[in-house]
Amino acid sequence: MGNKTVSDFIVTENIKLNDTNYLLRLKAPDPLPIIRPGQFVNIEVKNTSEIFLRRPFSVFEMDYDKNILSVIIKILGRGSKKLTEVIAGDTISLIYPLGRHFTYPGKGERILAVGGGSGLAPMLFLAKESGLPAENVDLLIGARSASDHIDVNAYSQYGSLNFTSEDGTLGTKGFVTHHPLFTDNLKNYDKVYACGPEGMMKAVAREARKAGVNCEVSLENLMACGFGVCLCCIEPTVKGNLCVCTEGPVFNINELKWQI
Amino acid sequence: MADLRIDIHDLQLKNPVMLASGTCGYAEEINEFFDVSELGGIFLKGLTLHNRDGNLYPRMAETPSGMLNAVGLQNKGIDYFINNIYPRIKHYNTPLIINVNGSTVEDYIELTEKVNELDKIPAIELNISCPNVKEGGMAFGITCPGAEAVTREVRRVYDKTLIVKLSPNVTDVSEIAKAVEGQGADSVSLVNTFVGMAIDAEKRKPLLSTITGGLSGPAIKPIALRMVWQVAKAVKIPVVAMGGIMNATDAVEFILAGATAVQVGTALFKNPLIPLQIIEGLNGYLDRHRMDSVKELVGSLQV
Repeated sequence: MGNKTVSDFIVTENIKLNDTNYLLRLKAPDPLPIIRPGQFVNIEVKNTSEIFLRRPFSVFEMDYDKNILSVIIKILGRGSKKLTEVIAGDTISLIYPLGRHFTYPGKGERILAVGGGSGLAPMLFLAKESGLPAENVDLLIGARSASDHIDVNAYSQYGSLNFTSEDGTLGTKGFVTHHPLFTDNLKNYDKVYACGPEGMMKAVAREARKAGVNCEVSLENLMACGFGVCLCCIEPTVKGNLCVCTEGPVFNINELKWQI
Repeated sequence: MADLRIDIHDLQLKNPVMLASGTCGYAEEINEFFDVSELGGIFLKGLTLHNRDGNLYPRMAETPSGMLNAVGLQNKGIDYFINNIYPRIKHYNTPLIINVNGSTVEDYIELTEKVNELDKIPAIELNISCPNVKEGGMAFGITCPGAEAVTREVRRVYDKTLIVKLSPNVTDVSEIAKAVEGQGADSVSLVNTFVGMAIDAEKRKPLLSTITGGLSGPAIKPIALRMVWQVAKAVKIPVVAMGGIMNATDAVEFILAGATAVQVGTALFKNPLIPLQIIEGLNGYLDRHRMDSVKELVGSLQV
């Protein structure tokens, strides 16, 4: 017998972060296992016949004292929209823990964690868990516009906060790879991590490869089960088609067959 | 506590709740959640003679009350299974059944001969109904001569329990069932998925890389139930039913319609604990209806 569980959690908080992002805090019925940045949970969407499958979300925060797990839900479609409508006291079914986490940086290493859109949560979680002093951690967060950004100031204690927006309303104008962290000194990092839309991750991977920096990305392929039985979320890799849910979602870019 | 034991030919099941091929991996993945020895049996992910990469991504589309898949029998081949997976799972105390696939009759025979050597595999499910491969698969299962030919040749080289998995993508599934019964099948299992399609209207593109795929989930349950009922009336061999079973009531309905056992499939994606809930619910149903054995329930639909 293994270590995966299906349980009903109780919603303790549903906080609207901006127009499309919600923070859900969920209390587990039993002591939570250790869950690390990059790992995810698969959440059931209740009371709708249109939404048959669960929706996977990266874990954002773990509070082992209060037995609370948090996720950030970004509205991408009908399923995620429905999940943002839960209220405190509702029960919500989770399958957990799923997937493999990011490789932790070594002592004294310098890292860059790049998050875009729904990929922000695991990057913040990683910055917090990295075990590195804040001066060794650079967080770079990209969005379309200032109004799409969420307030992450609390994370300044874990790393320096840097922003880009496509319209220039916050931070550097353009994509994350247009930021000086990329254009000036990418070689200074020991590891680059990225999570977000595929186009963003590929751009990050391209720059990291060019600079010769170790890079891990977290993929968001569509999945049905989340625990390796449906074989729907596969990604072509140097080891053949692998399930993103069990062999990932975190991959080193050298394992992937991306044309970058 | 009713007696849930039931047999499919030589297969003795501790209960009639089994897992469907392609939805439970090689059992280890489900054993991560609970002790799979509690199950009636497990139909392992379909195997072929050689490694298959399967179809391109995207392979899945969610649909109302169900989903389409187009996995295309991704697996590492029988030799990899025998050398690497079988040693890890053979101790599970529940029948492990191999789902056998091929592009040609010769493939099916060669694969079956290898499986016949495995002590802890008491049965095979001959898959002549996969809709997601270009060659073989469903092509054998949609005509009586095709289904007969594969069943006859495999029967010659296999002496344990032979279950033939039928396609619903036919005019009259009971004709196919009778055809394979006539060639020595010990049981039939049905239904595999229905060929379906989904389109992204905004992008004006199909949602699956293969354009069409196999529909499963509660959306297909009423049709599957009708087909199981038709087949159970048409053949004397035991029928194993699947098609959108999500709870104990669904399972009871299929058994009433004539199924000896059921397979839970797509429901596992939603909640891998559902099979345990079905076993418990089935027990409760039998107690409420004052039946001592699940055998009394088989085909007991009152019409």
